[in-house]
Amino acid sequence: MSSRLFVILIPLIVIAIFAILSWRDTRNNPDPTRKGFFDRNGTVLGLVFIALVGFWMLFLVVLPYLYMVVESFHPKLSPSKRGGPDDVLTLMQYKSFFIEPLSGDMNTIHMWAFGYTIVISLIVTALNFAICYPLAYYMAQTGTARKVRLLMLALIIPYWVNEILRAFSLRLLLASKGLINQMLMGVGLTDAPIDFLGNNVGLFVGLSYAYLLIMVFPLYNAIESLDRNQIEAAHDLGAPWWKIHRDVVIPYAKPGIASGCTMVFMLSAGSLAAPQFLGGPNTLWFTSVVYDFFFQSFNWPRGAAYAFVLLSACIAFVMIVLRLFKVSLGETIK
Amino acid sequence: MSARFVFKAMIGFYIALFFLYLFGPLMVMAVTAFNTPNYPQAYPFEAFTLDWFVKLWNHRSMMAGLRNSVIIGIGVVLLSVPVGLAAAIIMGQISSRARGLYYLVTVSPVLTPGVIIGISTVIFWKDALSLTDVTRATFYNGTMLSIFGQSSFISAYCLLIIMARLQRFDRTQEEAALDLGASYPQVFWHILLPFLRPALISASVIAFLSSFENYNTTTFAILADKTLVTVLAGEVRQGTTPALSALAVVIISISIFGAVLYEVLKRREENKTTRTMRNAKEAERNETYA
Amino acid sequence: MSASVELDHVTVKFGQFTAVKDAALEIRGGEFFSFLGPSGCGKTTILRTVSGFLEPTDGAVRIAGQDMAGIGPNKRPTALIFQNLALFPLMSVADNITYGLRVRGMSSGERARKADELLELIALPGQGKKLVSELSGGQKQRVAIARALAVQPKVLLLDEPLSALDLKLRQHMRAELRAIQQQVGITFIYITHDQGEALTMSDRIAVMSDGVIQQIGDGRSVYDAPDTAFVASFVGENNAFAGQITHADADSAVVQTDFGPLRGRNPKALKPGDRAVLFIRPEDLIPVTGAADSTLSSYVTNVSFEGNMTHVYLNGQGAREISMSIGRQGGTDVPQKGTVTPLSYHASNAIVLPEGTMARE
Repeated sequence: MSSRLFVILIPLIVIAIFAILSWRDTRNNPDPTRKGFFDRNGTVLGLVFIALVGFWMLFLVVLPYLYMVVESFHPKLSPSKRGGPDDVLTLMQYKSFFIEPLSGDMNTIHMWAFGYTIVISLIVTALNFAICYPLAYYMAQTGTARKVRLLMLALIIPYWVNEILRAFSLRLLLASKGLINQMLMGVGLTDAPIDFLGNNVGLFVGLSYAYLLIMVFPLYNAIESLDRNQIEAAHDLGAPWWKIHRDVVIPYAKPGIASGCTMVFMLSAGSLAAPQFLGGPNTLWFTSVVYDFFFQSFNWPRGAAYAFVLLSACIAFVMIVLRLFKVSLGETIK
Repeated sequence: MSARFVFKAMIGFYIALFFLYLFGPLMVMAVTAFNTPNYPQAYPFEAFTLDWFVKLWNHRSMMAGLRNSVIIGIGVVLLSVPVGLAAAIIMGQISSRARGLYYLVTVSPVLTPGVIIGISTVIFWKDALSLTDVTRATFYNGTMLSIFGQSSFISAYCLLIIMARLQRFDRTQEEAALDLGASYPQVFWHILLPFLRPALISASVIAFLSSFENYNTTTFAILADKTLVTVLAGEVRQGTTPALSALAVVIISISIFGAVLYEVLKRREENKTTRTMRNAKEAERNETYA
Repeated sequence: MSASVELDHVTVKFGQFTAVKDAALEIRGGEFFSFLGPSGCGKTTILRTVSGFLEPTDGAVRIAGQDMAGIGPNKRPTALIFQNLALFPLMSVADNITYGLRVRGMSSGERARKADELLELIALPGQGKKLVSELSGGQKQRVAIARALAVQPKVLLLDEPLSALDLKLRQHMRAELRAIQQQVGITFIYITHDQGEALTMSDRIAVMSDGVIQQIGDGRSVYDAPDTAFVASFVGENNAFAGQITHADADSAVVQTDFGPLRGRNPKALKPGDRAVLFIRPEDLIPVTGAADSTLSSYVTNVSFEGNMTHVYLNGQGAREISMSIGRQGGTDVPQKGTVTPLSYHASNAIVLPEGTMARE
């Protein structure tokens, strides 16, 4: 258990270091306008605030993450052997991502699933940006206030319906007995039903459909604050519409674009419902792989290792987007 | 035909297409809820029926799931909103140098896939609660773990909502109250909390709905229990029944009702604002210099 | 009941920046005392130090003889009226007024009675149920005053409370504030950048610049006998003529300026060879008919008629213009634009001060 106990100490040490640093800082630069935290909130309230945030940060965020990471460096053991001599630190769970431990072959299935998940998520992100940008622009810049409010409401209502039911509704539409195939065959475009779910069209549509709103709102918020005169000025200077967007609107809306893209990518890479209910039988989505480790082979350490791989990919994506768009994280999450 | 007209027509067409994409599937599903065939089909519409709603009502595991969902939702609201409030207040008072790191850590759950939050919650709490038999028996259950797992990121939502309003708080209000003799806790209860009330209400609504709808985190954290959403997932995996469509119809109806209610309340609020502004203008006009 | 306020060599620093430097003065109980200065001069910092939002880096604040160190704003016998008034928008007028009594634990019945009483005082009877947002600017002002007075402070601090009002209301409120002060008899400390407010309302004024108190005195002495070039140039309109002193004695000094030698009072006992500035108020300049009587003459660049008086602008030293105001009673002819006009003044109305920072125009 020692490595697990150690994990619990890490955040406490970090907090202690920060406390010392801030104490030294206030001692060296006294500021008459600043009041101590407990002076400003009263002792009781101050303690309550710190306890709440401390509980959240330590027990709901940091410790579980660290604990999961540590778990991923352990072998799969039966409960009785946990903490025993076999409970050593090992890289085997990560190695198993590349080389199948039983056969010793390359683990092409899982690597393929990982690559497929990332690529499809990127495509869905790009697709949603293309779909949502015109609407966000229209709402933010040209629509009247009343229309915009109505559109907003119309955008939000479908999102009260949960992910599963939305996937279900698409399945009804895209199934071989579904309405779209009925229509296609009715007009005679095709004789036999097209297997939209089998060829993953359902999956793409489902992912895109699920996260439309996630893309529209950040874009809308970013474009809305753009001064309309800037667009008109560019227009007066004779810039064609696509240049106005390329040179004026998109650079201005960068934080919103970054925000929408990271959220959509993150959500679709981590999506569970759409691949489960709309993916074809041969589609292996990475989260489904993780899911199966937990619920079918009960191999938690390996599941944790795979989850950590997924998390790393998401963090890498966020970093790349931030670097690419030259925006800070603070601007992104609003 | 002028270019402007073509442009407008194109925008109209695009918006129509967009909302067809958004609503089309839901409308088709809604139709299937009232159609008799066992397989949910919209066309041909054979006969009108409300049987699927009755089936839904009698679906025992779904109703049990609904109860759990509500309990978890309330638990999440009770935990996340105070946490978000406390986190927002600390955000406002923390020294600017530490704020960057604090912000990064507090909003990181928003950027973490829900699956990972679910997994880490289960792994951590299984060991943490197994330290004693009592904690294991009392707290190691799906409801508790779901509340913990969901609160991990829902608290961050609440933080962002409350922080947005807190940033608009006029610090002189606090100083005025202090100057009149209020203690810092009194400032919090009398001045700050009423100011934050709208944000606290929306944070509660968002927290409840996010909890209610959550699948990715809950499917891990719920362990052997069930919520409405995990029951639904099981149903959808097994096959398709118009009872699910019926459930969607119920949810959509409730949300449209909620939206209308929200709109009405908002209108009323706006009318009230215009009335006070009119009164202020009136008072301004009647200002006497006597 | 009123209380004296003593600033005992108070210095306030924000990091490396010194906002107030060695302020030392005593405000008497029941006095209407103003701090006058341009924005950023440190006057608000002084007010916040007295009210307890800031602690002095050095020195002490004493109220009624008691050192206030370590006593928070909520424990001091002061009440502050904020520049933006800081009324509580979610509370009714009556709740606003009695908030200080509520936190002191007064029962709600008692508070309602007290609210009625105070509403009567500020001429808003029966309006306690209204929201603050339903009031006019002047009414809000009165509510803020009533809210501050409700806690029966010994010292009332006012941070430019009239700056948001329009001109007419502002002038009316000056009189009203002064009347309230005389009625309640407590110490008022008033912060303003508007010299008109300071001169009309105050018993005494402290003029500040760059964190330093330049002069303390009643309105007349600050206006007529400024201590420094800053005070002379900041309080009221003034024409400045810089140069070197050529002659000086106990009463007067002569400054060699671009307009030739000019004579004025010499309160600072400057000596020949010192760099100095001679100040003449616009209303003290007199146009004269013959060149023989003239002390200086200049080219008229603009003439503007303002009803009760006429302003004449003349070519001055450097970028500054000379301004002259001519009242209606003198019967003097107003010079024409574009002419060269000879001017004169009484040397006893001009003052010679050491060179120093001037107020920015």
